[in-house]
Amino acid sequence: MIQIENLCKRFGRNQVLSNLDLDIHGSGIFAVLGPNGSGKTTLIKCILGMVVPSSGEIKVQGSTIKKNWKYRQEINYLPQIANFPGNLKVKELIRMIKDLRQKDSMEEDLIGLFGLDPFLDKKLSTLSGGTKQKVNIVLTFMFDCPLIILDEPTTGLDPASLIKLKELLLKEKTKGKTILITTHIMQFVEEMSDEIVYLLEGNIFFKGNVEQLKSNTNQTDFEHAIAAIANQTSDA
Amino acid sequence: MYFLFYLALGFVLLFLNNDLSKAVITLMNVIIVLVPLISTIFGVMYFYNSKEFTELLLAQPLKRSSIFLGQYLGVAGSLMLSLVLGLGIPFVLYGLFKSDTIWDFSLLLITGAFLTLIFAALAFNIALSNENKIKGFGYAVLLWLFLAVIYDGLFLMSLILFEEYPLDSFSLAATMFNPIDLSRTLILLKLDISALLGYTGAIFKQFFGTYRGLIVSITMLILWTVLPIWRLAYKAKRKDF
Repeated sequence: MIQIENLCKRFGRNQVLSNLDLDIHGSGIFAVLGPNGSGKTTLIKCILGMVVPSSGEIKVQGSTIKKNWKYRQEINYLPQIANFPGNLKVKELIRMIKDLRQKDSMEEDLIGLFGLDPFLDKKLSTLSGGTKQKVNIVLTFMFDCPLIILDEPTTGLDPASLIKLKELLLKEKTKGKTILITTHIMQFVEEMSDEIVYLLEGNIFFKGNVEQLKSNTNQTDFEHAIAAIANQTSDA
Repeated sequence: MYFLFYLALGFVLLFLNNDLSKAVITLMNVIIVLVPLISTIFGVMYFYNSKEFTELLLAQPLKRSSIFLGQYLGVAGSLMLSLVLGLGIPFVLYGLFKSDTIWDFSLLLITGAFLTLIFAALAFNIALSNENKIKGFGYAVLLWLFLAVIYDGLFLMSLILFEEYPLDSFSLAATMFNPIDLSRTLILLKLDISALLGYTGAIFKQFFGTYRGLIVSITMLILWTVLPIWRLAYKAKRKDF
């Protein structure tokens, strides 16, 4: 699905990703974790082609993403901060994205699921953060794509919507999709993810499932296990 | 808004001057200074305002160059349209087609359209290269000020400093390198008021008045348009978001 080889990215003098290799294939939920500034968002933006890598190669579904944009047809992306043009109405935004993708969409179910009906005629600038995030989620999930990338999907969501999001993710997973998630909520990771990729200082520090991580660090609690990784490296 | 402004300007000028060719001259002064300023400011403002929108589009299956060129053409196109329509309508109503100033007037509109394209492209370039809005705005306004005012000042000063040397080709070249000056000279000469310019006017007339001169100047204007657009597409492909 996604193959990354020797990926490097530097912003000025700041090396964000250094010689990162990552192979993600098959379906399931992959959690990309790491402390703040470890390069999670940069990695995701590289996969999306929004950030141009300094060196290295990224392949999505077997074809390199360099000078290629059609592959994004197969990706749904949920950005970290929902920055929408404020002068558009929710309805107009959804219609515009549909126009761009030229694909079958199922936005009605999703709008119903998250209770967005009363907001459809409101301007995006008047929405609250949580509602914006719901719009964001609708836009991301309304197309049927084999690869879904979510950058901090839980920000601003109330518990009820969070449960709906989890159900949605599990449903997509059973359809055999690859889902890439970054988040800081460990409970969410423990519950949902099949595999964890832990980034540290621009490289992969650990890759495996929750059980492996616990046994590696001799911890019974997942949150402590993650914290233990961070401590290990600061001791080393 | 912009369209209404030009519409009103056209009517007022015609009313005050009561004569087409005089109105064209007044308009020239306005176009030469105002069109670049407005295009620059609109271009920079639009680019920064639609930043979120751009980021949204970048994650969609779209080519980068088509996103940015689309935005550019959207801004430049609508500015151009308001200019042409806003000035065209009053003049047509006044009986432009029956008068002999029609060529002068269309040249005026063409250079105005070029100036819009050029300065919107330059503004987009500046905005793309500067993440900081205030810096971007500052640079854009400075660019306009430089090309519209300071360049002329420097040009004049150099003419005075090097009085003793033959400066014909130098001044010709210097004019070519500034789209505002180039448009101004083009229109002035077309309006047959080059006598005002004295000796240099005669040389300019010799050059710009001919077909070759006209073609060269139009080519320069096209170059001024194409190069910034090309750089815009080039830079946009390599930028991180």
